[in-house]
Amino acid sequence: MPLLADVQQALATRFPDLRFSEFRGDTRAVASRDAAYAVLAALKNDFGFDLLVDITCVDYLNYRDARDRFGLVYLLANTATNARLTLRVFLNEPELSVPSAVPLWEGANWLEREVWDMFGVRFEGHPDLRRILMPDAFAAHPLRKDYPLQGRGERHNFPVLTRNQG
Amino acid sequence: MPLTPAVATQDIAHDEPQDYLWTLNFGPQHPATHTTLRLVLKLDGERVMEAMPDIGYLHSGFEKLGEHLDYNQYVTVTDRMNYISPLANNVAWHGAVEKLLGLELPPRCQYIRTIICELARISDHLLCNGAVGLDTGAFTFFLYAFNQREALYDIFETLCGARFTNSYTRVGGVMYDFTPLVVQKIRAFLKEFPRTLEDMERLLNRNRIFIDRTKGVGLLSAEQATNRSASGPIARASGVARDLRKDEPYLAYRDFDFQVCCSKAGDCLARYLVRMAEMRESAKIVQQAINNLPAGPVNVGIDQRTAIPTKKAVYSTIEGLISHFELMMSNRGFETPHEECYSAIESPNGELGFYLVGDGTDTAYRARCRPPSYIHFALFPDLIRGHTLSDVVAVLGSLNIIAAELDR
Repeated sequence: MPLLADVQQALATRFPDLRFSEFRGDTRAVASRDAAYAVLAALKNDFGFDLLVDITCVDYLNYRDARDRFGLVYLLANTATNARLTLRVFLNEPELSVPSAVPLWEGANWLEREVWDMFGVRFEGHPDLRRILMPDAFAAHPLRKDYPLQGRGERHNFPVLTRNQG
Repeated sequence: MPLTPAVATQDIAHDEPQDYLWTLNFGPQHPATHTTLRLVLKLDGERVMEAMPDIGYLHSGFEKLGEHLDYNQYVTVTDRMNYISPLANNVAWHGAVEKLLGLELPPRCQYIRTIICELARISDHLLCNGAVGLDTGAFTFFLYAFNQREALYDIFETLCGARFTNSYTRVGGVMYDFTPLVVQKIRAFLKEFPRTLEDMERLLNRNRIFIDRTKGVGLLSAEQATNRSASGPIARASGVARDLRKDEPYLAYRDFDFQVCCSKAGDCLARYLVRMAEMRESAKIVQQAINNLPAGPVNVGIDQRTAIPTKKAVYSTIEGLISHFELMMSNRGFETPHEECYSAIESPNGELGFYLVGDGTDTAYRARCRPPSYIHFALFPDLIRGHTLSDVVAVLGSLNIIAAELDR
């Protein structure tokens, strides 16, 4: 369900820097990197967005008309009114970090670990920011657009252990 | 009897020196994990003090592949995410693509997709509950469940030729229309299935051993469920009455009479009971849909330029011929807006959504999957803390972790 007009109005008055847009019935808002945590906290505590649906990231390296490298996406939902809101935060190197949302939603823990693993975006204050899907020793962030589909030889340079060596 | 709740033992574990704890490696290859996942358990005797999940063994870069396969090709990859109910994944994927394109599906297609989604839900819950029974010692129950799954596989095979990885949907429609034989088989299944469900409920619902193994195990409160992004039967078993089929009706769910099944207990038994109740509601939905299946085209029209036109249209109209050529030529395809959107369905396991970024071509720029298994597995260390080692399989089974979806 799209965001109700009065909620959007209240949000816009409180955070004048938020840029709203609409696409196919979804309301999206863009927040700056510095305001991201304040906006998330307000959405959770004052606007009833108690469900963090997903955190993901998009690498806009070759995207047409893109001005920023990474776009963090927070998908939020209000379980009482069933309203949904997409909050986007754009990031550029070298400042690839935002405050962690784990103090607000515990569910953010693994979602942020996956974004760190796949894109190399750091979450300040995360309790356990380790790689989650890739091996700990993996050097790259594979969902970045400059990482090739077939990898950089990690797979076929894998050390092979034979039974006798074990 | 209820086992010691997690909170009671937590303090002991932290107050005393822990060098007497011993570590057990559970998985990655273990019959009770059902798939490839690993748990490192810290045990005090038989009691689990800490569980550390280690995932990624099945990571195969599905989201990276989504940036290189076109919207119709990628449906084969979605099959392999939650392979217990691939049809629901197909519908979720193409639902997201159609939202990005702004396509409105014809009523027959919406009904067909609703029916296959609900059949997929039944097949998923049958496996999940069957496996919970199997892991807690009720082997016969598992066989009852798998017998009905076989009937469902038979329907899917008649429907699209594949039993396991169906890849049934297409952008703007489905691969084949329902044939009279499919309808007949679904009707036969609906006649047989409630009887089996009753048998299954009689076997396990009041079974002393099963109740002792599952009641009070793996407690999740409603606040925790929402705060930790749980969805689907797991959130509903904790008392969160959230079901996208009711809350954000998609496809044809608005037309049907069904109930959202909830429980307040939040333990493994409640999750089992919610799934059992949901199967009955799903059968109700399929019954209503099959009785009111609208006639008409199953794919969107030629003017939408996304679904392959019928052979009759290709051979007798110029628009059909042009559309067919454009879709078949590798340098044409259809255009998508430079936009991004999120669309989700209530999959058997919870909210399954895709966040798509379109870049003008018929391949996604970014295809993010919101996997319910991944989010539910993050709950696991808290659900198991303080319970015994034998409860690990009960909790793991009740969360229905599908490792292919967990790691993607």
